[in-house]
Amino acid sequence: MTRKTSAGLILGLVVAVLAGIVYFQVLNQRVMGWGESEASEDQAREEVVAPPITTQTDALTAAQFFWISASDADQLEPLTLHLPLSADPVLRSRQLIRELISSAPSPQQRTLPADTELLAFYMLADGTGIADFSDSLASETPSGILSEEMVVDSIVRTLSANVPSLRRLKILIHGQAAETLAGHVDLTGYFEAPSQHAASSSH
Amino acid sequence: MTLMLAKWVRGELERNGYRVVMTRDGDQDPSFDDRSAVANAHRDAIFLSLHVGSTGTPGTVRAYVYPAVPEESTQAESQSGDDEQAGRGLVEWDRAQQPFVGQSRKLGDLLQTEFSQRFAHSPELSTVYPIRDLRSVTAPAAAIEISSVAAPDADMIAQMGPSLAAGIARAVAAFQPPGETGVAR
Repeated sequence: MTRKTSAGLILGLVVAVLAGIVYFQVLNQRVMGWGESEASEDQAREEVVAPPITTQTDALTAAQFFWISASDADQLEPLTLHLPLSADPVLRSRQLIRELISSAPSPQQRTLPADTELLAFYMLADGTGIADFSDSLASETPSGILSEEMVVDSIVRTLSANVPSLRRLKILIHGQAAETLAGHVDLTGYFEAPSQHAASSSH
Repeated sequence: MTLMLAKWVRGELERNGYRVVMTRDGDQDPSFDDRSAVANAHRDAIFLSLHVGSTGTPGTVRAYVYPAVPEESTQAESQSGDDEQAGRGLVEWDRAQQPFVGQSRKLGDLLQTEFSQRFAHSPELSTVYPIRDLRSVTAPAAAIEISSVAAPDADMIAQMGPSLAAGIARAVAAFQPPGETGVAR
């Protein structure tokens, strides 16, 4: 092999490697873009299905939300968002759950299915919150103890971190008391706000 | 998949001198109450409910036990007319697990200790959470979930069978020596 041929081969290899690097970066950006576009599509759908809740007492608040951790898919982690929240605990809870559904940092960190709607929220005098979700919370949550646990915990921990008067939460599906969320977690009882009791539920 | 794992567990427990009653041996889907009824028909039973989850770090295993009902709720229900029933020694079906939550917690922690030693990234202590399977069982009871069906290698879960079964057998032996009835789902 002549020196000229060797030099040509080396040059060709360098060009191929450079082209590969450029192609990989373009591919990577495209994949990241798909994730972002999925999240923005979710947000757009949410704007139509459940428009933002605004009240006269709204004040910009640093609110803590619990979504799946970016570094550990088995855990929830707190994330602080600044958003206007009502002073009224019922409206505030509705605002928080709406954000919990629509503003997950990425599709992988989402806890509640994108199609989920909060149909109603009530607060009793003893601090019991009652959240009534659409069927999709039950039908679109992946079946399994851990996945159902993370759905319930993300709701309970987000509400209790931002609604001081909430003592415990009851979850209904389409106005009815459900036996389980998606086959495992028992929804017949109440889920205690973490600061109130060491146990996570009272059934 | 779950049934295959349950059969591994049954084999290991039987080799260790336990009698194992399965709540299903095929593709049947008994109700929660049917499963509880099988366990509740035996004295000195232990109830284990096996699951393969759809999320979680593949290759990890978690043990769950049912929570204790806070005293406040007990008092409220007692005032609503349950004292007479309690006085007769009857156990309300939906609260059947309550007298056993302490024992279940001990069983769950023994199981989880085994899992944390055998399967990397598994927690060290059991999780207290209301799992429907356990609510109506009048015996020490734990649910065990293996993660996950989303494992990149389909054989991964199957390969966990022998170690999972050995871990369960060791935990059960530490909890209750052989010679008594055992129930696995």
